[in-house]
Amino acid sequence: MDILEAKNIVKSFPGVKALSGVDFSVRPGEVHALMGENGAGKSTLVKIITGVYRQDDGEIFFNGRSINPGSTREAEACGISTVYQEVNLLPEMSVAENICLGRQPKLFGLIHWSAVRKRAVAALKRLELDLDVSRNLAYYSIAVQQLIAIARALDIDCKLLILDEPTSSLDAKEVDELFTVLGKLRAQGMAIIFITHFLDQVYQISDRITILRDGSKVGTFETSTLARLEMVGKMIGKDPEQVRDMDKKRKLRTSAGRDFLRAEHTGRTGMLFPMDLNIRAGEIIGLAGLLGSGRSETARMLFGVDPPDSGKLIIDGKETVNSSPGKAVSHGIALTAEDRTATGIIPDLTIRENIVLALQARAGILKTYTIKEQHALADTFIKALGIKTPDADQLTKHLSGGNQQKVLLARWLAMNPKLFMLDEPTRGIDVGAKAEIEKVMAELCDKGMAMLFISSEMEEVTRTCDRVVVLRDRRKIGEIAGEQISIQSIMNMIAE
Amino acid sequence: MIGNMEKQNTIFKDNLFTRLFWPLMALGLLLVFNLICTQGFFHIEVRDGHFYGTLLDILNHGSKVMVLAIGMTLVIATKGVDLSVGAVMAVAGAVAALLVGQVEHGWIFCDGFTLGGLVPLLNAHQLSWFLPVIAALLVSLVAGFWNALLVAGFRIQPIVATLVLMVAGRGIAQLITDGQIITFTNTGLVYLGNGYFLRVPVSVWIAMGVFTVVAILVRKTALGLFIESVGNNETASFYAGIHSKTIKGLTYVICGLCAGVAGLIASSNIKCADSNNAGLYLELDAILAVVIGGTSLNGGRFFLAGSIAGAILIQTLTTTMYARDVSPHVAAVPKALVIIMVCLMQSETFRNRAAGIFKRSRKRAWSL
Repeated sequence: MDILEAKNIVKSFPGVKALSGVDFSVRPGEVHALMGENGAGKSTLVKIITGVYRQDDGEIFFNGRSINPGSTREAEACGISTVYQEVNLLPEMSVAENICLGRQPKLFGLIHWSAVRKRAVAALKRLELDLDVSRNLAYYSIAVQQLIAIARALDIDCKLLILDEPTSSLDAKEVDELFTVLGKLRAQGMAIIFITHFLDQVYQISDRITILRDGSKVGTFETSTLARLEMVGKMIGKDPEQVRDMDKKRKLRTSAGRDFLRAEHTGRTGMLFPMDLNIRAGEIIGLAGLLGSGRSETARMLFGVDPPDSGKLIIDGKETVNSSPGKAVSHGIALTAEDRTATGIIPDLTIRENIVLALQARAGILKTYTIKEQHALADTFIKALGIKTPDADQLTKHLSGGNQQKVLLARWLAMNPKLFMLDEPTRGIDVGAKAEIEKVMAELCDKGMAMLFISSEMEEVTRTCDRVVVLRDRRKIGEIAGEQISIQSIMNMIAE
Repeated sequence: MIGNMEKQNTIFKDNLFTRLFWPLMALGLLLVFNLICTQGFFHIEVRDGHFYGTLLDILNHGSKVMVLAIGMTLVIATKGVDLSVGAVMAVAGAVAALLVGQVEHGWIFCDGFTLGGLVPLLNAHQLSWFLPVIAALLVSLVAGFWNALLVAGFRIQPIVATLVLMVAGRGIAQLITDGQIITFTNTGLVYLGNGYFLRVPVSVWIAMGVFTVVAILVRKTALGLFIESVGNNETASFYAGIHSKTIKGLTYVICGLCAGVAGLIASSNIKCADSNNAGLYLELDAILAVVIGGTSLNGGRFFLAGSIAGAILIQTLTTTMYARDVSPHVAAVPKALVIIMVCLMQSETFRNRAAGIFKRSRKRAWSL
């Protein structure tokens, strides 16, 4: 007996048919993974189930009853709770307030604070968390915040829990903790829809897998019977042979040029301990380390977002100060930062305007590019990077995450940088787009661009980089080069 | 994927037409209403060699809010707001009135020689109003810099930062005029707010001039793109290499300058500098004009032409009230009603709801 059954769901957005007749069902007591490339329609489907969007056609049955939620609140009233990719709670309010927000127990029409706290503690207990619920949410790590978000979702009497990329900001240990909790909930008969890009995790936790591609359902499979390579093939619509080719190890580059950037004892008080670092033209440097080891901070320091306050920075043989991103850009340095919604995409501008932005920022206010030049530029990159859009004048917010990431890449490639720093460029992106981005990186590097690559996925680092700088606790602890690079050697260095 | 994308989206795109539709619609309806109900509303005649009529009055009286709204549009596009424009108008008027008086009384000795080669082309009369006008504009520029410093430099919230000058500005104006209402008769200064050029009021020319200059400044350079980008996502713009502080600050400077121009027109209108009442509450009209014109208080996309349409709509409403002999005490009520309607019609949520109700009631009628 299915607890949720969606039949023939259709949804269109301006210019895009997001879902064309998708059937989807979930049983109680199972973890059901929803898989697909960016733009395959996963988020849209979830948003229809949770009442954020309304379907153009089709019907949803929950517990055997037809439902048509018009808001997340209505969906919650039915018993459907969602935890989104970004923790969207209120950091400056207490844990208890966050858990009970919008449904606080009342006493004589006023908020019954002690009941609020009691209820929050009880909700956290279900996840075996013992926290001080009167502390501000921001006090706790992202991982704990994620668990608090789940506690909030469980606080209502929910029968279906939807987790949209809950693990993208967690490290391995935290993921295990989360999975223990999910396992318990499953045993209690909870139905869980789990969306992620981490294939390992899908195989670790899920019972069944539904795969979407281009707004249509490819199929629903028992996890135990679906081989990994087969699944990837179904997601991207290619056969396993091609996938294996994509995964093949890249040949080592031998011809790195001279130093483009050299940091000598460069650091920033309270953020990064002084470090020496050199990046040569035509090589990819990887930054490896655990979450919070100072990887993103290094990129931000070199890019002038948080400029260094000690040591020297030598770019192209000249000592310089990168006091702002504007300065760094004028030196030919580019950075796509970790959080692309906050620090990358300008949602209400068109794709063309987003692409031309960095080039224009470097050129200044007075030197302008004609609309025709801008269009030519945008069209070139839309084609080269395979950005899925009808034309360059679409608003960027209508694109899926992976395509937004490609727009960001295009923005920086348009100004032809000498050093390109990519911080988690593949986070929240599907296998196909990931391979494309890695391919683009390798090509650029072969043309003599210097690159700095940050990723939480060690396979990616070992696969793409010529040299890996290992960080621990905001300190550079060593470098591994060439043949020596392996997950084992990096782990050893971090652990030693 | 590309294959099944339907190209139906052109009407959904943010374009000038959709933004301008509702304010222009309201304006049109208002004009039609006047055409039917208000005698002589559309009557234009040539009197004393210039055009004369209610429509020209609307443009003439609306010019101050138009000029303010132009500057305000840019500020609002960066997700800010400038509450001080009314007070800056008073300051600019006070400076101009004070200086024009002193030049006429000869306290400031000024002719082509003392100013060196700077203005040899001007005769003494031209100089007598040119100098005060320049001084007033400089002072309003300084006011703009002050706001820019607080908002962009020290990251004080725009409402709070500009509130400082909104309150203090009138005090400064009082200090300049020594608490008096300074009247002036200088023909040059009076010409700005009362004169005619090519049969059309000078203030209308000034508003058109400011619009043209600012429109070229933002649309023919990359400034407009940067303003929209900073307003939509400041952090991301900073990461893209845009000097977002400079861009933000610049909008306040331009807004201050616009307030100075409006202040000159206002004091010229009444031939005196009244620090207490010049530009009073006009900041609210300007903000309203911008919002009616389709620029969101959330920043991002902005529409200069829309703001002008908004300013004209507000003034048309006011003039209609006068023409209909509505008492000034109650005139605000119908004015508010029209404005609320325009704002509601601009809200997509409201439109969809309204359309839904309409459809449902039609269905019901059908089934009966």
